[in-house]
Amino acid sequence: MSRHLRGGSPLPGFGLALGFTLLYLGLMVMIPLSTVFLKTATMTWSQFWAAVAGPRALAAYRLSLGASFIAASINVLFGLLVAWVLERYSFPGRRLIDAFVDLPFALPTAVAGIALATVYAKNGWMGRWLDPLGIQVAYTPLGVVVALTFIGLPFVVRTVQPVLADLDPEVEEAAASLGAGRWQTFRRVILPELVPAAVTGFVLAFARALGEYGSVIFIAGNMPMRSEITPLLIMIKLEQYDYAGATAIAMVFLIASFSLLFLINFLAWRRNKRLRAAEGS
Amino acid sequence: MSVPRAGRPRALNEPRWVRGLLIGTALAFLGFFLFVPLVLVFYEAFKDGVATYLAAIREPVALAAVRLTLLVAFIAVPVNFLFGLAAAWAIAKFRFRGKNVLITLIDLPFSVSPVISGMMFVLLFGAHGFFGPWLQSHDLKIIFAVPGIVLATMFVTSPMVARELIPLMQAQGSDEEEAALTLGASGWQTFFRVSLPKIRWGLLYGVVLCNARAMGEFGAVSVVSGHVRGLTNTMPLHVEILYNEYQFSAAFAVASLLALLALVTLAIKSAIEWRTGR
Amino acid sequence: MMKTPFLLRLFVLTLGLASAAGPAMAQVKLLNVSYDPTRELYQDVNGAFAKYWKGKTGQDVAVQQSHGGSGKQARSVIDGLEADVVTLALAYDVDAVANSGLTPKNWQTRLPNNSSPYTSTIVFLVRKGNPKKIKDWDDLVKPGVAVISPNPKTSGGARWNYLAAWGWAQKKYGSEAKARDFVSRLYKNVPILDTGARGATVTFVERGIGDVLIAWENEALLAVREMGEKGAFQVVAPSSSILAEPPVAVVDKVANKHKTAAVAKAYLEYLYTPEGQEIAARHFYRPRNDAVAARYAKQFPQVTLFTIDQVFGGWTRAQKTHFDDGGVFDQIYGAGR
Repeated sequence: MSRHLRGGSPLPGFGLALGFTLLYLGLMVMIPLSTVFLKTATMTWSQFWAAVAGPRALAAYRLSLGASFIAASINVLFGLLVAWVLERYSFPGRRLIDAFVDLPFALPTAVAGIALATVYAKNGWMGRWLDPLGIQVAYTPLGVVVALTFIGLPFVVRTVQPVLADLDPEVEEAAASLGAGRWQTFRRVILPELVPAAVTGFVLAFARALGEYGSVIFIAGNMPMRSEITPLLIMIKLEQYDYAGATAIAMVFLIASFSLLFLINFLAWRRNKRLRAAEGS
Repeated sequence: MSVPRAGRPRALNEPRWVRGLLIGTALAFLGFFLFVPLVLVFYEAFKDGVATYLAAIREPVALAAVRLTLLVAFIAVPVNFLFGLAAAWAIAKFRFRGKNVLITLIDLPFSVSPVISGMMFVLLFGAHGFFGPWLQSHDLKIIFAVPGIVLATMFVTSPMVARELIPLMQAQGSDEEEAALTLGASGWQTFFRVSLPKIRWGLLYGVVLCNARAMGEFGAVSVVSGHVRGLTNTMPLHVEILYNEYQFSAAFAVASLLALLALVTLAIKSAIEWRTGR
Repeated sequence: MMKTPFLLRLFVLTLGLASAAGPAMAQVKLLNVSYDPTRELYQDVNGAFAKYWKGKTGQDVAVQQSHGGSGKQARSVIDGLEADVVTLALAYDVDAVANSGLTPKNWQTRLPNNSSPYTSTIVFLVRKGNPKKIKDWDDLVKPGVAVISPNPKTSGGARWNYLAAWGWAQKKYGSEAKARDFVSRLYKNVPILDTGARGATVTFVERGIGDVLIAWENEALLAVREMGEKGAFQVVAPSSSILAEPPVAVVDKVANKHKTAAVAKAYLEYLYTPEGQEIAARHFYRPRNDAVAARYAKQFPQVTLFTIDQVFGGWTRAQKTHFDDGGVFDQIYGAGR
């Protein structure tokens, strides 16, 4: 690699590290991903359009997007709360609960799905209390939301926590000394600081929820047009030997996830740049 | 019950009842979503007694699933460890064009639906896939055999270590490495003596999470496994099979092993955080 | 490198476990790729066949099993899962295997009885005492009756369910339009479409959802035995239903490659022997063998059976009309294109 490319860093190993990274990404990510596009390319336009914009596919997108959005929103709300409680207060078992937040990362999704379906079914530990209230969770779109909330729970907590820990107490003190109430201080001073991290957490939880399969199929009910998520629709297409149809929907979904991820990486990059600029001045 | 964290002035703390309410709500939320399902797994596993539990996990087919799961993790995790290290080194220590795209590409497998991940490998290596005919003429099996399961797992878990390391190494900067080089250390010496010790906990943390994900992957593996009993069933697939055989206690018994793995993962993770004084 | 001793030990341990010897090597291995509800059946058949084959030829044979939704299993075989024999839920899925060239298209004529050594039918499973008074198909469309049946798009068993309902309605009301109306009213009463027959049974039995489960007769009888503690469930037979013929076939290309064609053929033929038929009957499949059928006659309810060829003109046509994308089932759900 030429010198100006590596930005003047005197450190060695750029060629090796980037070379290996690109090779691995190429073999493990790009080639497999390209199959989705190549297979889709065997369709005619009208076939493609029928596959990705049929009413059933549209209903599945709606559910996947809607449920993921709601789940990610719930996670923002409660993620902020959990991060706040864990960072600001001390109470018995705080450390334990802090460690516990990562459970959805570590627990296999199928286990989570079976457990959630059992808990929230009509005769389950939770469903038994919710059912008389007319709330059905398992086998409804609400169940999808529950599973996706479980899956995305750690993201917001983990992105917000460090920001909250680094907040300068002086700012809050200043606000308090100027006569701001606690709620006002939170809304006007603290919250704006947390928003970028919460947005990142939201997008991560959202992107993860969009693709989730294992935990959802056990609890969703899987009704066409009502509680059928997009990954299940892809699976169904596969089982009907309709590979091209499956890849077409997969492609739409891949592009959506890539755009979302690119957006957050771009936002993070812009924020870093602005911070660096602020520090430099 | 709750006390404010030490060292915070009174004015910066909420009234007692607000604290109580917030803590209560947060705990209730975590309880309903995390704790209850976890407890249920263990409750159901031991419902029919310890003997049933032990019988379920000592069954040869269950042991074969455990062995396969360990084998898959044993291959996928070290490879992704090296990849994560290389990617983080290139991205955090150097400046180059297209870095954002590269980071996004590294992240991508994380948000690709597991079903799509599995399907891609079928399209590549399946009998009617791009390499299918060639593989068949050489009598090589990838899909519906161990290599396919390893590949799918590697794809799904590839971002785990890199994700952990990139922000860490970016934050650390490279002043110390530059100093070591000026003092005459070779490139590899600098890497092993200076860089690695700085990131070892982050690295271990990434490896632990990567391992948990590798052992627990369901969707992608389900597409490429073929579900042959005792041969190509990983633990999560075995759970599903037992569940479908009405052997609920056995299903939850194997599931409890995976849940235990998750708890061990969390414990190691907390130990690392405690050690690094976060 | 920097791995801590603990981690190192863990890895060594993992390696040791991973490389520890697998199950003892048998001389001949067969892979039987089957559908969901046959797990228990083939577990017994495999043991009995191994004994039979050992006695006959002195050769050890180990039959490996793979189970899943019928369509998914057929897809796996087409994509390269090396099954010596397939034992699936419906002929359409074996046809798909044949269409990919793995086995001759005349597979169905190579064994007696359309290559289905045992049959089954579609019946109802209801809760204790039959509180909703389900007697026949028309009771399923009454308001307030929740019916559990899996998704015909993903489950072979569910397709039999659908066709059984359609066939009954067409005979009863005398026209296709009315049959269609009946089936769409029936599916209005279905609150959950599981992806597989087994999932549907779990939903009904374990989760306590629904008033009636439409199921394979063998699944229903098995559920009564396995999970119906204190008679919590009972089987109700409709006045008429479909004759479900789950087919079996040797996958020639794979068997030839593995040099297992002879033992694979013997394995499937064993299913037709009195012992094989006996095992099938014990697992609540209707045997073809008259003597065995007579012995087990009591466990099977009396149902008038019609075949798919009589009412629908075979699987290929039924699949195309009803279950393909944009077919009748999709139209019922308003998802037709």
